[in-house]
Amino acid sequence: METKKSAKTVAPRVPMPCQPPHVRAHNFDEVALGYTGEMAMQEASRCLQCKKPRCVTGCPVEVPIRDFIAQVAQGNLAEAYKIISSTNSLPAVCGRVCPQENQCEGKCILLAKGQPIAIGRLERFVADSHNSSKINAPRAEMPACDISPQARKVACIGSGPSSLTCAGVCAAAGLKVDVYEALHEAGGVLIYGIPAFRLPKNVVGVEINGLRHLGVEFRLNHVGGRTVDVRELLENYDAVFIGVGAGLPVFLNVPGENLVGVFSANEYLTRVNLGRAYDFPEQDTPAFPGKNVTVFGAGNVAMDAARTALRMGAESVHIVYRRTRDEMPARKEEIEHAEEEGVKFAMLAAPVRFNGNDEMRLESVTLQKMQLGEPDASGRRRPVPVEGEVYELPTDLAIVALGTRANPILLDATPDLTKNKWGYIEADPDTGETSIPNVFAGGDIVTGAATVILAMGAGRKAGQEIVRRLKP
Amino acid sequence: MATKILEKKILIPGKTSKMTLDAPDIAAKAKPGHFVMLRMDEAGERIPLTIADANPQKGQITIVYLVLGKSTALLEQLNEGDSIHDVCGPLGKPTNIEKKGTVICVGGGTGIAAMHHIAKGHSRAGNHVVGIIGARSRDLLLFEEELKSFADELFICTDDGSYGRKGLVTDLLCERLEKDKSVAEVVAVGPVPMMAAVAKTTLPFNVATTVSLNPIMVDGIGMCGACRVSVGGKTKFACVDGPEFDGHQVDFAELRRRLGAFREQEQLSFAKFQEGHANGN
Repeated sequence: METKKSAKTVAPRVPMPCQPPHVRAHNFDEVALGYTGEMAMQEASRCLQCKKPRCVTGCPVEVPIRDFIAQVAQGNLAEAYKIISSTNSLPAVCGRVCPQENQCEGKCILLAKGQPIAIGRLERFVADSHNSSKINAPRAEMPACDISPQARKVACIGSGPSSLTCAGVCAAAGLKVDVYEALHEAGGVLIYGIPAFRLPKNVVGVEINGLRHLGVEFRLNHVGGRTVDVRELLENYDAVFIGVGAGLPVFLNVPGENLVGVFSANEYLTRVNLGRAYDFPEQDTPAFPGKNVTVFGAGNVAMDAARTALRMGAESVHIVYRRTRDEMPARKEEIEHAEEEGVKFAMLAAPVRFNGNDEMRLESVTLQKMQLGEPDASGRRRPVPVEGEVYELPTDLAIVALGTRANPILLDATPDLTKNKWGYIEADPDTGETSIPNVFAGGDIVTGAATVILAMGAGRKAGQEIVRRLKP
Repeated sequence: MATKILEKKILIPGKTSKMTLDAPDIAAKAKPGHFVMLRMDEAGERIPLTIADANPQKGQITIVYLVLGKSTALLEQLNEGDSIHDVCGPLGKPTNIEKKGTVICVGGGTGIAAMHHIAKGHSRAGNHVVGIIGARSRDLLLFEEELKSFADELFICTDDGSYGRKGLVTDLLCERLEKDKSVAEVVAVGPVPMMAAVAKTTLPFNVATTVSLNPIMVDGIGMCGACRVSVGGKTKFACVDGPEFDGHQVDFAELRRRLGAFREQEQLSFAKFQEGHANGN
């Protein structure tokens, strides 16, 4: 419509090379291998270069997508990286884990033809090319720690996507940033939550080192609300950003939930990812071994847990979900990858209770068969029990991936932070500022569990506001 | 980032030591009842340990541990001047301390050290602190001197009668409760069977009983739920809701089972570690 090109038949999207399913189901290496330079240029040349690009309107951090793709099409990767990193401080991460189909790619004019531009894959390609060149030849143009001693100071609590983005925006503007992280490794959900086969840990490490290069300091083992509190930080910093993530895992609230063998997805994934339990006993943290694994929930975290369990040696893995496949909230690609790898789907089933042996170890789960009834408030058809249809599924490892609720540690320690009705922090939608002046918040602790890129969008907004206030 | 060990005192050779750590940020905030998460090295597992004492002026905290597996064995290998890779805290809710009269603080085994910090808090709040501590034998008894320095009364028992009364802490506790109706609260820290027994002992006397639980933890900051315990039929997270709970409401049988969830892996890990040492690695 906007250009003549669109009238012609559009070439299909360049497929992403992947490890074969039967191979990757047994290793933690990255599933998607990434485009080659040739593939990237071919894919980029499909872009119609719309006058009014819609893709960018779908991006929470407003990457100038059309412009970077134009550079990729011409092979100007350095320029492409510059354009992306002008608004996105974690492109190698976003290229891998953003739900592009609901964002940039969901707005692409070529979607009408079923084949939007593979924006995420191109973003990843550009970021990876940049990062590998950086590893080979350390950058000379930007001296480390060139922050003036008079620089105004910003403290970020948490080191997940929102905090890292806020830190990046502030540090790039010459502010001194210290990041306080509760765990022993920086990265938040990128490190403890998202498995290496989707987001290799060195990718996160490179992005974090980039921030260190900008003068950002990471204080690990510092818990916001315990080791440091917001009021204290305000005495030493000009602004504070709270990006502590969501936190407390939700359980099913059915009998038998505390049997040995029932875990939250957070625990299972933290053991494997942060604790590197895939390398036990070389690494000291074990994961619970399961032969017949059941995973409850159908979001991205559920897919991650199911695919992780396969890689940890499970014989069978079932995703148990109350609704049907069409309603599953996970990214389509994750669902497809899980299925290709051998994850089975027990749809229209809801857990009634967990059953254990006399040592309180899990042996099975009793499931209630469901059917779809009338649509509920969310517009999705509400699952209702099918009278009398109850069955048992043997399982020795159950992983509950039903989301999280607000972590009380920082909130309880900071009573003057106004909370919303769900118990998350109330923050100005335009600036991220909370009820305490110069204290900002973003990410899951404001929105409840959401995506990496939405958290980054919030971190960026707050970072920009902090810069606006603190720059002379 | 690592935390330096300023002092190490061996309490039971090869089994239990007391360490003073240079941790000013933690010491400044540490209150009785708090714990820390530790990780000994790059490949280490995060484990919780209750803070046995804190000195905010000097910026120091004290930990006491029992060698039970690989992580604590690694800790026991460290000496004065060495560093612990990661120490994070203070975590958990502090003990609810207010002036209430007589408080009996019961400690068993390594739990005596953790109880010590709570008892000290009660003493500072002006409560009449009665300590009851027990161990299998005299050489396994910890923190007697430390407790004596502030406790109003201190009673000792050993299983084999090698020191103090021969018997269990619950025997001494029961006798006291029978003749002293002014006891406002009983606090118990120690092995799960001991805490369960204390709660059972105090129930007929209707005395408020606080226990400090030690479930498996991974992050220690509420993210994973490894530490969930049933209290009054409700699931609680020991790391953010506790670690102290009403002893009369805790499901100790469940706690004991959950503590054994990874026994096989723990044994494998420890055996491999000991084997490595036998081979001189």
